[in-house]
Amino acid sequence: MSKVETKETAGAQTLKKPQLNMKQYGMVIMLIVVYVFFAILTGGKNMTPMNINNLIMQNGYVVILAVGMLLCVLTGNVDLGVGSVVAACGAVAGTLLMDFGVSAPVAMLGALAVGAAFGVFVGFFVSKLEIPPFIVTLATMLMGRGLCYVILKAQTKGPLPASYNWIGTGFLPTIRIMTDNPDLNKGKGIDLICLVVGAVICALIILAEIKSQHTAKKHNLPTIPLWQTVAKDAVILFIVGFFFWKLANYNGIPVVLILMAALVGIYHFITTKTVAGRQVYAMGGNAKAARLSGINTKKVFFWVYANMGLLAAVAGIVLSARNQSATPKAGDGFEMDAIASCYIGGAATSGGVGTIIGAVVGAFIMGILNNGMSLAGYDTNVQKIVKGCVLLGAVTFDLLSKRKKR
Amino acid sequence: MSEYILEMNHITKEFSGVKALDDVNLQVKQGEIMAICGENGAGKSTLMNVLSGVYPFGEYTGDIVYKGETCKFRNIRESEAKGIVIIHQELALSPYLSVAENVFIGNERLKTRGVIDWTATKREAKNLLARVGLGDENVDVPVNTLGVGKQQLIEIAKALGKNANLLILDEPTAALNDRESAQLLELMLQLKAQGITCIIISHKLNEISYVADSITIIRDGKTIETLHKGVDDFSEEQIIKGMVGRELTNRYPKREGCPIGDVIFEVKDWNVCHPDDGDRQVLKDVNIQVRAGEVVGLAGLMGAGRTELAMSIFGHSYGQKITGTVKINGQEVKLDSVQKAIDHHLAYVSEDRKTYGLVLIDSIKFNMTLSALKNFFSKKGVVDDSLETVRSEEYRKRINVKTNSIEQTVGSLSGGNQQKVVLAKWMLTEPDVLILDEPTRGIDVGAKYEIYCVINELAKAGKAVIVISSEMPEIIGTCDRTYVINEGEIAGELKGDEITQEAIMACIMAHNRKGEVS
Repeated sequence: MSKVETKETAGAQTLKKPQLNMKQYGMVIMLIVVYVFFAILTGGKNMTPMNINNLIMQNGYVVILAVGMLLCVLTGNVDLGVGSVVAACGAVAGTLLMDFGVSAPVAMLGALAVGAAFGVFVGFFVSKLEIPPFIVTLATMLMGRGLCYVILKAQTKGPLPASYNWIGTGFLPTIRIMTDNPDLNKGKGIDLICLVVGAVICALIILAEIKSQHTAKKHNLPTIPLWQTVAKDAVILFIVGFFFWKLANYNGIPVVLILMAALVGIYHFITTKTVAGRQVYAMGGNAKAARLSGINTKKVFFWVYANMGLLAAVAGIVLSARNQSATPKAGDGFEMDAIASCYIGGAATSGGVGTIIGAVVGAFIMGILNNGMSLAGYDTNVQKIVKGCVLLGAVTFDLLSKRKKR
Repeated sequence: MSEYILEMNHITKEFSGVKALDDVNLQVKQGEIMAICGENGAGKSTLMNVLSGVYPFGEYTGDIVYKGETCKFRNIRESEAKGIVIIHQELALSPYLSVAENVFIGNERLKTRGVIDWTATKREAKNLLARVGLGDENVDVPVNTLGVGKQQLIEIAKALGKNANLLILDEPTAALNDRESAQLLELMLQLKAQGITCIIISHKLNEISYVADSITIIRDGKTIETLHKGVDDFSEEQIIKGMVGRELTNRYPKREGCPIGDVIFEVKDWNVCHPDDGDRQVLKDVNIQVRAGEVVGLAGLMGAGRTELAMSIFGHSYGQKITGTVKINGQEVKLDSVQKAIDHHLAYVSEDRKTYGLVLIDSIKFNMTLSALKNFFSKKGVVDDSLETVRSEEYRKRINVKTNSIEQTVGSLSGGNQQKVVLAKWMLTEPDVLILDEPTRGIDVGAKYEIYCVINELAKAGKAVIVISSEMPEIIGTCDRTYVINEGEIAGELKGDEITQEAIMACIMAHNRKGEVS
């Protein structure tokens, strides 16, 4: 009996003092572990400045898709059509550039319009006619791919003009500081802007933490132990610092990174701080209750899918710009990568649970896996097997740990 | 063999350090009906789950002696093989399968391994249904075409099909109307005559004192006392005293110093058709008025159209071809969306909190502010986090939600506390008119009292409150005035002391007769 009592008091203590929610950061730890694992396996090849840069450029479009997909997943559904929409938007942009000779911004607007049209189309069927999203997006998956082959006449269009490709392959202007070490960055010098941006981000993270500690104190909310906060922030600051140092040693900040960061920031804000975001979570958690709480669930459904179409167009532009061409096979299987990113990042298949940051981390875990295995010499088929295992493993672990808690 | 068919001795069960059951003892005599009473969260369902093997042997301490033999059930199959069958509160029927298939689900009549013998299935299903008073039912129709009352009886037939000796019924009448409840209780007495022992868990004390031979009261995971028919005082007061550990001299708090003002809510000539069948009129020429500071009841049997009335007014959430007018504060308003209803200070606390009221996976704070988010907790679509925290904390204290943090998920709260969260959610929309649909269903006596106090508080603040309830004592205890609704029409209106169970029933009967004549 005495054993039981000690257990009880221990339980009461943990209630009083909340600890760092390890589940929330579990994915980040997994990301680091996977990265370090491949660093060892490839003898540090995946830590070169060029490879860090490639990681961003190769995964930019998956991250953009994962951000949109998370909203779909929050409603308890998925969008199967995004891979095809990515290709169709690229095809439209390519055709406009090559056959009609329009300028890059006009081509991009054209692609965005096509993506938005796909989104509105899905949204209409899903919300107004209440057709299950799985079916509607399965249809757009087929239609988009077919349309793409029709537009491109089953051929690759390229090379696309440099003004267009800039968004997928370009860099922000740099200010080079030359160092005494001629080996560093092949004598090109280190980009000052990169270092400044990295430093500013680090400062912002520290300020945000101080502010949140301050508000917690003001409202007398429970806080996690200080050493845990410091440790958490130290890890984050180290990652940011490492990342920008590597970029500074290459060509500077890629345009894709800016685009990606902006989208992640906007959608993180929407999901965590706005009424609209709250409505998506409420609807995913219990649609009936949400409706009786004044939420127009049809409208939410419509915008979630319309938005997904638009983001698929952005991804389509970035992908075709990076490839410097539009091909009918582009974006094949991207929908699965985006969906997997959300689930690896902790989203629930039943809806109502998941975060933008989680989905982004999920996307990068997949990206690092792909990249690391390529560097280590495994072909894409082996990569698929491993990705499948990681998805299954992550979700199984997540669900089992939740069950234990209960 | 002792006179007891079942003895549970010193049962202790913990959930991560918290004792849900603490040295519980239960003795059930052969062939009796034993009732288990207790507030929500007292441990009744946990005890039954221990007995039926949902929590396998080893997860609890203490022993179970059934028919003189110590049992160590590892799962439900093992307890069922011994004849202990539990019927849970939520029905476990598969809606699209036929009645016969449902009766033998998991217990199929087989020809050889794995091949179903349909003749035997149907024949025996018919026999079992006859035993529960459903001898005339067609066993081939899908079970979802039958009402909840009949479905409950099918559950019992299913249990009989497993040769149940000890039948456990968890809140069997919670979803039934008075007539169906009475039918079920009679059936229990019949089964008793056939030698089947029953354990019933129920909040409806009048039913328990009618049907039970003995009552075991559980409070905070401990057995408090066992009362026996003919020996002990079986009155509701006595049971409640045991359940809450104190005497609740008045189950309904008095409302004093609450002046009744002008009519602020008015519904005129309200007509609504069924959402799936435009020719079927569900509500006919309904007229109601509610004054500021007044609590008005909507009494009636289940299916009378009360919830339909409330939901059709509240943002046209039910039905089609809705006609009629709604006036709030003297102004005619068109409430064709829930947001508009909220904007015009109308609130509707739905009857089924888990399905229609709460997002169970989210926090108390999330749920409390959900309806008011747009109007009171955001600027230009951006949510004000700290205001949310401050206001939900304020309401948590004000209506006494028992939790250590407003960040706790609502799904982990007890029914009574969940109901308080739903109430807070609608109070935060700053309504003038509140419709409370079955505000105390399935919650314990203590929490009920607290909810009645909140209703009084709202009335005192000059709100118009409408209470929909199937428990007539609740209407009598809380309302200044009540409308009696029957078959989609207002069958009568009763005021003050006129409101009695007899008067309400008389209204319904008179209305039914009128319907038959015309």
